[in-house]
Amino acid sequence: MVEPSVESLVAPVVTLTDRLCGLLRMNRLTFSKYCFCYLGLIPIFVIYWVLRLEPIARTFILSFYDWHLVRPLKPFVGLANYRELWSDENFLLALKNTTLFAVFVVGASVVLGLALAVVLAGNLRLTAAYQAIYFLPVITPMVPMAIAWKWIFDARYGILNYALSWFGVHPIGWLTSPDVAMWAIIIMSVWKVLGYNMILLLVGLKNIPAVYYEAASIDGAAGWKMFRRITLPLLKPILLFVIVISTINAYNVFTQVYVMTTGSQAAPGAPLRVLVFDIYQNGFQFFKMGYASAEAVVLTLIILALTLIQMRVIRMDGE
Amino acid sequence: MAERHSGTGSGFWQRVGVPAASHGILLIGSLSMLFPFVWMLATSLKPADETVLWPPRLLPIHWTVANYPTALDAAPFIRYFLNSVVVSVAATVLVIATSLLAGFIFGKYEFPGKRFLFLVILASAMFPFETYMIPLYLTMKSLGWINTYQGIAAPYMIMSFGIFLMRQHIAHSIPEELLDAARVDGASELKIFLRLIVPLCSSPIGALGILAFIQAWAAFIWPLLMATQRNMYMMELGLSTFQFRYTADYHLLSAAAILNTVPMLIAFIILRRRIIESVALTGLKG
Repeated sequence: MVEPSVESLVAPVVTLTDRLCGLLRMNRLTFSKYCFCYLGLIPIFVIYWVLRLEPIARTFILSFYDWHLVRPLKPFVGLANYRELWSDENFLLALKNTTLFAVFVVGASVVLGLALAVVLAGNLRLTAAYQAIYFLPVITPMVPMAIAWKWIFDARYGILNYALSWFGVHPIGWLTSPDVAMWAIIIMSVWKVLGYNMILLLVGLKNIPAVYYEAASIDGAAGWKMFRRITLPLLKPILLFVIVISTINAYNVFTQVYVMTTGSQAAPGAPLRVLVFDIYQNGFQFFKMGYASAEAVVLTLIILALTLIQMRVIRMDGE
Repeated sequence: MAERHSGTGSGFWQRVGVPAASHGILLIGSLSMLFPFVWMLATSLKPADETVLWPPRLLPIHWTVANYPTALDAAPFIRYFLNSVVVSVAATVLVIATSLLAGFIFGKYEFPGKRFLFLVILASAMFPFETYMIPLYLTMKSLGWINTYQGIAAPYMIMSFGIFLMRQHIAHSIPEELLDAARVDGASELKIFLRLIVPLCSSPIGALGILAFIQAWAAFIWPLLMATQRNMYMMELGLSTFQFRYTADYHLLSAAAILNTVPMLIAFIILRRRIIESVALTGLKG
């Protein structure tokens, strides 16, 4: 018995790859590159399939079934879930609330963020310190911040009601009724995301070449006119991005709503209904997963539509 | 001298008035940004009866740190913290590894199907997590991954933006000649990746690592679905359930909230500039 040499083991593999190369009409380098690409991408796409693509597709599929977690029978019901949504008061309320929330949070945080960015772009002293301070709420986790704000909004001992009492305002039950809680959550959320918008818009402002401003000032533009004619158009791409990303995030609001308005003595009334909360409740508390999937599909379509519309509007405006 | 005095109108306004007004605006804003932190910290240092004073006082009359040990006794916050660390570190390492490999392949190679596959990765990023979490939950359930670290970390182990970021960096800042030279020396594609590409990506690795870590650390709704046993809670979830139990005890809640804020706060103080830069980087997405 002679031990087989390494060469004799490798030789068949080498001839096999050579044959394959000949068959596919490519040289060995190209072949090894292809091998590397496809072999490398296999694990990536397996992960994508399991964690993203298949769940996205299955959300659509589930939405056509009466899919209850604990019932063995899960019949196909066509569009029945969607028809039911259309007359579901909770869902319609959640849709209305979330939209209102998104409009106000995006509006306020983008306008304020832009104003702050413009002020900061003026090369003041302490710019780095201001950036850090405004960014602090962005980086700190949501739950402790929601608790801090819940305490500020407290109806009986809250500091906000105390401050308002100086102006003769009677105590407001900020978190006890959903209508008022909406405004409390909006205020808290604007506070949380303002710094993110400010930083992105500041980067955008700093990237505008100084020559544009110099040329415009030679033409006699200044102040508001300069802002309107030079800054805004050149800031458009990043402004669009900030609006889109804020809108998407606003439509997915959940954590602060969950912490500040559900399941505690401070809020004995109904929780503030937003879409993700409604999906969570239907899917994971009532186990109506087909129905919750239909809601998720509606949320997806809203977000996709808003993204496309916003891109379209800004592009048309630029022409 | 003449010049300094001549412009009392717009010149003076430009030199002194605008900066003063700017600082005024920014300071008022800064105070409102910081106030919730200050108020939470002050409340955490008050005895219970001082949280219900009317009118409220900012500073405690009798300072105390007793709320901190009480909060730590009432819930296993150290365990929650360690869970958060395990999940976030695992997610960060996996996001970096998958993004580097895919970013390299998409940035430096041509192969059939490349455009389509890259488009799939970018398009999947348009779907927010909340829209497909139900089927994902069912998948995890069938794998038996409920109440496991791998189940909680799973959705955070890939990031389309990370692949995009690495692709941009590798395609634009690593010259083709370098790769060809290594090939002439007989290096395999895998070796080129490990020995050449990975060391040249340290700056985007840092940025992406920060983003991935923050994303996993801040996760809330997914751990809420996946962790049903208390010993698997992450910090955010642990604090929220603590809140439902001690609803009105704001001295304890504030102490717990401060404990939950401190790790990120320390990280922010040390890595302030890197963190702001990394998050600003997400603006490249559009």
